[in-house]
Amino acid sequence: MIKRFSLIAALVAAFGVTAVKADDMTGAGSSFANPIYSKWAADYNKLTGNKLNYQSIGSGAGIKQIDAKTVDFGASDMPLTDEDLAKKGQVQFPTVIGGVIPVVNIAGVAPGAMKLTGELLAEIYLGKIQKWDDAAIKALNPSLSLPDALIAPVRRSDGSGTSFLFTNYLSKVSPEWKTKVGFDTAVNWPVGLGGKGNEGVAAFVNRIPNSIGYVEYAYVKQNKMTYVKVANSTGAYVEPDEDAFKAAAANADWKKSFYQVLTNQPGKASWPITGATFVIMHKVQDKPANASAVLKFFDWSFKNGDKAAVDLDYVTMPAAVKEEIRQSWAAIKDASGKAIAF
Amino acid sequence: MDQQALQGSGVSEQFLTSSTNLMTNMNTSVPVPNRSLSGLMDRLFGWSALGAVILTLSMLTGILLSLLVGAWPAISQYGLGFLTRSVWDPVQNEFGGLVMIYGTLITSIIALLIAVPVSFGIALFLTELSPAWLKRPLGIAIELLAAIPSIVYGMWGLLIFSPILSTYVQLPLQHLFGGVPFIGALFAGPPVGIGILSAGIILAIMIIPFIASVMRDVFEVTPPLLKESAYGLGSTTWEVVYQVVLPYTKAGVVGGIMLGLGRALGETMAVTFVIGNMNQLNSISVFEPANSITSALANEFAEASNGLHQASLIYLGLVLFFITFVVLSLSKLLLAQMRKNEGTKS
Repeated sequence: MIKRFSLIAALVAAFGVTAVKADDMTGAGSSFANPIYSKWAADYNKLTGNKLNYQSIGSGAGIKQIDAKTVDFGASDMPLTDEDLAKKGQVQFPTVIGGVIPVVNIAGVAPGAMKLTGELLAEIYLGKIQKWDDAAIKALNPSLSLPDALIAPVRRSDGSGTSFLFTNYLSKVSPEWKTKVGFDTAVNWPVGLGGKGNEGVAAFVNRIPNSIGYVEYAYVKQNKMTYVKVANSTGAYVEPDEDAFKAAAANADWKKSFYQVLTNQPGKASWPITGATFVIMHKVQDKPANASAVLKFFDWSFKNGDKAAVDLDYVTMPAAVKEEIRQSWAAIKDASGKAIAF
Repeated sequence: MDQQALQGSGVSEQFLTSSTNLMTNMNTSVPVPNRSLSGLMDRLFGWSALGAVILTLSMLTGILLSLLVGAWPAISQYGLGFLTRSVWDPVQNEFGGLVMIYGTLITSIIALLIAVPVSFGIALFLTELSPAWLKRPLGIAIELLAAIPSIVYGMWGLLIFSPILSTYVQLPLQHLFGGVPFIGALFAGPPVGIGILSAGIILAIMIIPFIASVMRDVFEVTPPLLKESAYGLGSTTWEVVYQVVLPYTKAGVVGGIMLGLGRALGETMAVTFVIGNMNQLNSISVFEPANSITSALANEFAEASNGLHQASLIYLGLVLFFITFVVLSLSKLLLAQMRKNEGTKS
């Protein structure tokens, strides 16, 4: 009996010790950004001793957490519109950029060998193009021998920033997609199998012959998946790599607003399905010390974190944009209206 | 104290013991030397046990209430019509639960169709046919199946089982019945081995150990006197099982099946891997990807926007709560029935 009590006491004590210290930063949201935030946080912690407690719970949940003020910052792959931000008294800024890439599993098709347009992607995911040897696909890929087989479209079953970018792109290039399906982190998919997470989609595509799916760039690179080149807004087919994502980001008008969905951007070198991930904070901070710690952390990360980001297959923000982000932080103030120092 | 502990453990060995039984057992006090101390201990124990009961019950009502509150926007918007709407469109903010409810029920029914005969065979073999030296290892091996985490079943189902299903079951069936009306439609769909049938089969494998061990336990409570009398009259093994063991234990058997059904209804991870997560209901094919309540919750909850989407998901949770509650209540009723009839002619 006594042993059991002491065991319980020990457990309680153990949990008490691991509980978050009040002056640690907390953040929650985007799972896409989790690897880089964790890496930055680990490096930053080694230097300064400050800890970031980041919960990778998904963009939508991150927005909910910051709305409820349970965390110091929320992280979302889907930017909030300027009106939304104004209404909620929040600000956002982008941190890193990534790309979404269609992948296929067709016997005899090498990575990068297949070309598709956004319209064709939309028709495949609308269920209108059902076979790989469809005349429209063959016309774009005369050198490939495409099988007379049903296309098995794969998409995310969970709500995700990846789906947001993909459906946003399809809405921009296909009026039919826009009216029938629209764009969001989760939509009413007309066809297709749902895999949970990037790894779920990657597993389905690797396993099912004649399938097509879409995953984040890091998954394509690390798993050497058969990616498809997609025509950008100028009609050019570029390789999906860091340079193409950078090109898409460079064309966005960050000066005007940080609300930038980087899909279907102009520029010959742009990858069409690109997007940034965002950090959301409240304009008026109840806990200025925490807000200051968060800003210092991202300031440090922007200065020193580029290499870690590139190692993890993210694309970093251009220097000019970083400077604009720093200037935008002047809008984050404590209760007395004084800007938070960083 | 010892006697109580004995009673206590005896009670806990019976499955599905209601907490009220525990309370009545507890009040029968046992004389022990140090009266005042043990009296205090007894009362302390009584209070803490009562506290546990109250805590559990208030948690149950608390969960029910918070589900109701969370689901209220969807309940007031759609009412019971939610149960028959098949739209699920987060962009247009239109929701209905029919696809998921159908998926949950149909996969559980398929699971039962497979698991019940197999479990019956297992229990029969273990109690009537197996040589004595094989009983224990076999019984343990089957119970070990219940210890495998459900995500392992899910990954196995996705990576190993569904390719086998699509190559050796779905494609031949589609070739065979492709042109036949109705039956052909039953097997239509992309040949990927992911959908309602694979989810049902995975669920069946997961609930077999539960149903089998309950069935074995109730088969074993059949008095040997009855069985031996039947054997003495010249009955075959099948006749003994069918006419003596089964009538004597039928309520317990049904209770075990209900337990398995309860588990099948609530299973999440394994199902979400193999069901395909498709919110469309446009075919009766068992090979079509579909969705279940638990799978929809697991997939969409984190990213659901505030408002109707989230409320609809909670509404689905409430529906599942209700379905499981009905199933478990039925099983408890049947088990109570069985205890009442023990030893009497049924």
